[in-house]
Amino acid sequence: MLSQESLALIDRELAKYPADQRRSAIMGALRIAQTEKRYLTNELIEFVASYVRIPPVAAYEVATFYNMYDRKPVGKYKLTVCTNLPCALSGGYTTADYLKQKLGIGFGETTADGRFTLAEGECMGACGYAPVMLVNNHSMCNHMTPDAIDKKLAELE
Amino acid sequence: MTVYAKGVVFEGVDFDNPNHWRLEEYVKRGGYAALKKILNEKITQDEIIAEMKTSALRGRGGAGFPTGLKWSFMPRNFPGQKYLVCNTDEGEPGTFKDLDIIVSNPHALIEGMIIGGYAMGITVGYNYIHGEVFEAYERFEEALEEARAAGFLGDNILGTDFCFQLHAHHGYGAYICGEETALLESLEGKKGQPRFKPPFPASYGLYGKPTTINNTETFASVPYIIREGGQKFLELGKPNNGGTKLFSVSGHVNRPGNYEIPLGTPFSELLEMCGGMRGGKKLKAVIPGGSSAPVLPADIMMQCTMDYDSIAKAGSMLGSGAVIVMDETVCMVSALERLSYFYHEESCGQCTPCREGTGWLYRIVHRIAHGEGRPEDLDLLASIGDNIAGRTICALGDAAVFPVRGMLKHFRSEFEYMIEHKTRQFAALS
Repeated sequence: MLSQESLALIDRELAKYPADQRRSAIMGALRIAQTEKRYLTNELIEFVASYVRIPPVAAYEVATFYNMYDRKPVGKYKLTVCTNLPCALSGGYTTADYLKQKLGIGFGETTADGRFTLAEGECMGACGYAPVMLVNNHSMCNHMTPDAIDKKLAELE
Repeated sequence: MTVYAKGVVFEGVDFDNPNHWRLEEYVKRGGYAALKKILNEKITQDEIIAEMKTSALRGRGGAGFPTGLKWSFMPRNFPGQKYLVCNTDEGEPGTFKDLDIIVSNPHALIEGMIIGGYAMGITVGYNYIHGEVFEAYERFEEALEEARAAGFLGDNILGTDFCFQLHAHHGYGAYICGEETALLESLEGKKGQPRFKPPFPASYGLYGKPTTINNTETFASVPYIIREGGQKFLELGKPNNGGTKLFSVSGHVNRPGNYEIPLGTPFSELLEMCGGMRGGKKLKAVIPGGSSAPVLPADIMMQCTMDYDSIAKAGSMLGSGAVIVMDETVCMVSALERLSYFYHEESCGQCTPCREGTGWLYRIVHRIAHGEGRPEDLDLLASIGDNIAGRTICALGDAAVFPVRGMLKHFRSEFEYMIEHKTRQFAALS
């Protein structure tokens, strides 16, 4: 269900923890699975659980607790915009509104062509670079003014 | 972003050099000298902990607990495995200092953790890194590889019989995991829900074993203390508030960024370093220690010095050192609405007063902010706050209440105005 590359990465996570504490690797394993498949289906969560050798429910409760795991289909690019206070003081809502208007979707929605999903995020711990946006959970974009968004979206076409 | 480095964590870091974070550069500026000194001179565990106590280093994550004292709680002769954990789960709105540490000076943290491991007889450590900063996590992993290859980490460090393994653990989006016992649960691969204390982590921590948890900046300050002595570190700050501290300044200043300055520096000087207020506007208020700290109005803040004791005396807390600056145009109802939404969103749901109460707080502030407030709402907010604070397992409940109390104490008239006139005095956040 996952590529050899992903399984090798999960093995690397497993090696970080004591042999009798494999469960510790579930967060990393789910992240790796999601990076390959874009979102987590119940079947994928069960597969990852069996690979880590923990009960499916233990993996499922992790996948539902942490908010960067996607359990519904998302677009090719998931854009998460921080609107928390420090970002909002530096134009976070302007950024969010500009993206909504430009993509024609609201938070939690995906464009019809399946290219972009827009999400509202909480503090990403990068307030000095406000407003900030995260692409596909892993790539941080700083100072996302409307001009910077135009540039970024062109890169992601 | 500006990094103004006049302190111990970023000492000598040349930010213009793209390799400034690498081991080779770190060693050039005196890195790993503290570790070598300990191993070569066979400095004892007691001597290291005594030095830490002299330094008056207080935990940089928010609680400000004396680090040397915390280290002394660790059972020295425990027969089984013990763990050392670093809390880089930096999610307190306004805080972004630990991000810069693992990106720009990861080896200071690594060296600090190795020394901590030595001082407490611990052989395994984990650094738990905030979910949203994946690129920083990858950077830290690379720094770990460098340290292993150079013989600073792993078995028989620098040819001695001292061993210390260190790994990075990546979070995936949960503010609550910055709470140390929630972090431990998460590290065990579970939902990040805080544990009852006691037992404290020093007796029952990761996998049920004795564990010490410190913040990133705390660990990154250790090499300096060992190299230069606790007394010198203490003298950089003021009594009971030793050393320099990183302040993450965000909001309406000309140059947001991290400023590493001596504890006890007047706030007015910090504001000047940041280039003053953006657009020449007037300062209205400051949240001095991350979003959980009560807001302080400009006139009180301008009298404060940036240290634990001064900010506490003014009725707030230094917390993680996140300074959120707001100018005269900010609508405080709107600001509180956003913060209350955050705590409601991030409550882990374990304790009823927090799970339900944060929702109540948000919904009431929301309706005031939308012109639907009722005359009794301010008393209701205070009463809900009293029923959350101190009645939950962890401090998230308190953290949700402090901003409400601070706003109602200092900016009550803005809330009253909105309830009465159904319209705000200042524009909403944009």
